[in-house]
Amino acid sequence: MPEAKMAGAPAANAVPSAAEVLSVQNLEAWYGESHILHGVNFNVNAGEVVTLLGRNGAGKTTTLKSVMGIIGKRSGSIRFNNSEIVRASSDRIARMGVAFCPEERGIFASLDVRENLLLPPTVKQGGLSMEQIFDLFPNLKERLKSQGTKLSGGEQQMLAIARILRTGANFLMLDEPTEGLAPVIIQQIGETIARLKKQGFTILLVEQNFRFASTVADRFYIVEHGKIIDGFANSELQANMDKLHTYLGV
Amino acid sequence: MQALYAQLLVGLINGSFYALLSLGLAVIFGMLNIINFAHGALYMMGAFCAYFLLSLTGLGYWWALLVAPIIVGIFGMVLERTMLQWLAGLDHLYGLLLTFGLALIIQGVFQNYFGSSGLPYAIPDELKGGMNLGFMYLPIYRGWVVVFSLVVCLSTWFLIEKTRLGAYLRAATENPTLVRAFGINVPRMITLTYGLGVGLAALAGVLSAPINQVRPLMGENVIIVVFAVVVIGGMGSIMGSIITGFALGVIEGLTKYFYPEASNTVVFVLMVLVLLVKPTGLTGRAA
Repeated sequence: MPEAKMAGAPAANAVPSAAEVLSVQNLEAWYGESHILHGVNFNVNAGEVVTLLGRNGAGKTTTLKSVMGIIGKRSGSIRFNNSEIVRASSDRIARMGVAFCPEERGIFASLDVRENLLLPPTVKQGGLSMEQIFDLFPNLKERLKSQGTKLSGGEQQMLAIARILRTGANFLMLDEPTEGLAPVIIQQIGETIARLKKQGFTILLVEQNFRFASTVADRFYIVEHGKIIDGFANSELQANMDKLHTYLGV
Repeated sequence: MQALYAQLLVGLINGSFYALLSLGLAVIFGMLNIINFAHGALYMMGAFCAYFLLSLTGLGYWWALLVAPIIVGIFGMVLERTMLQWLAGLDHLYGLLLTFGLALIIQGVFQNYFGSSGLPYAIPDELKGGMNLGFMYLPIYRGWVVVFSLVVCLSTWFLIEKTRLGAYLRAATENPTLVRAFGINVPRMITLTYGLGVGLAALAGVLSAPINQVRPLMGENVIIVVFAVVVIGGMGSIMGSIITGFALGVIEGLTKYFYPEASNTVVFVLMVLVLLVKPTGLTGRAA
């Protein structure tokens, strides 16, 4: 029972679902001697878009990196499709079907767009074909021979998302995909996330852009000082606006 | 004129060894960020491996070309797993000191057992003799070394620059954490890459054995020039290392003809000039 496992977690965890994809319990993480996460609890169900909101330095990105296994020291429990992964290496986690799109996009300068797209290996059947990717991001098709880092910020973000869609991973973690982008590109990214959700992808999003997150997310968690301090569904958003403004300082 | 052509040929042969060795160094530096001072000792091990294969098992030159790089490459992978991997992320100085110490130990062990004089290694029957090209006499083995080195260098360049595996290597050079988060076992790839770089050094050692004999200190002098080649070409640049290796061999050969007194220093003068004008090397990128 997910509810039983998430005892003590915020209310948004109580969304009932038989298909819990990710369950994080008492997650603690360190950068060297710095203790960053102090017992994070949340879950993500199949087909959902869940957003972690919070101020700068709250621990949102560290939470994603901890799930992906790229934080050196972490403890607690991270269960992905009922398998414990808190001690797994990041390459093993990726091969289980978790894909990560970092905040800095991670486009490789020594690779052209095609090589960047083809870089992540297929980890499962069912990834998007190149044609489907070009249908989502037509700009990329015209820039295949360009050096990855010569693309505009928006195109780089599209490339960063596109390359993890090929792999067959169906749980995507997107770290601030709208950061530094023009409104028209942000709208395009939002439409893409909506299409991916329709196609059955489960998405864990980190955002500071609350307006954007409110258009795509099913549920929100608020991260502060390395903990989840609150959570609610999108349908409860209006009722929680005052609290949200206080949490985010907007 | 015949003397000029002869020096050009010597330059091309030296250039072949410089290119093969600097290519291995560039691959290792690009991927592991380690300045591998043990490269000269591993080159020597390749030559000794060919010698042992012949004297102990009867396997000749052609088998040595295949087997010696594999054996020495595996030895290199053991070094990487047991020692070098712990230096990841530390200052370059640690890797340099460790590999320099390893070079001293490896060379010392071989010197202890085999002395400093050379052990003979014969040119294979198929490559004995020479060809009169009209303007010069070309020993077949020396021509073979130049052509074979060029083929190996270009194949390695193709592997790294034009294949999916090479794309993994290049990407892991930039951001190993992210490449691993894509599902690629980067630590295993690093070990194999070190093995590849070491295997190239051993291959150069086998090629060198019939020309320079098999000597415990054969890598000591050549490695200094090879580091100059890598610096001039651009640290971590594959094509830069290949072109610079051959070019410097030829320049050294020409200097021997026109101004022999400067032949041992011309490479280092060039290195200083290149570093003054372009500190990242001729084809290197700024960090």
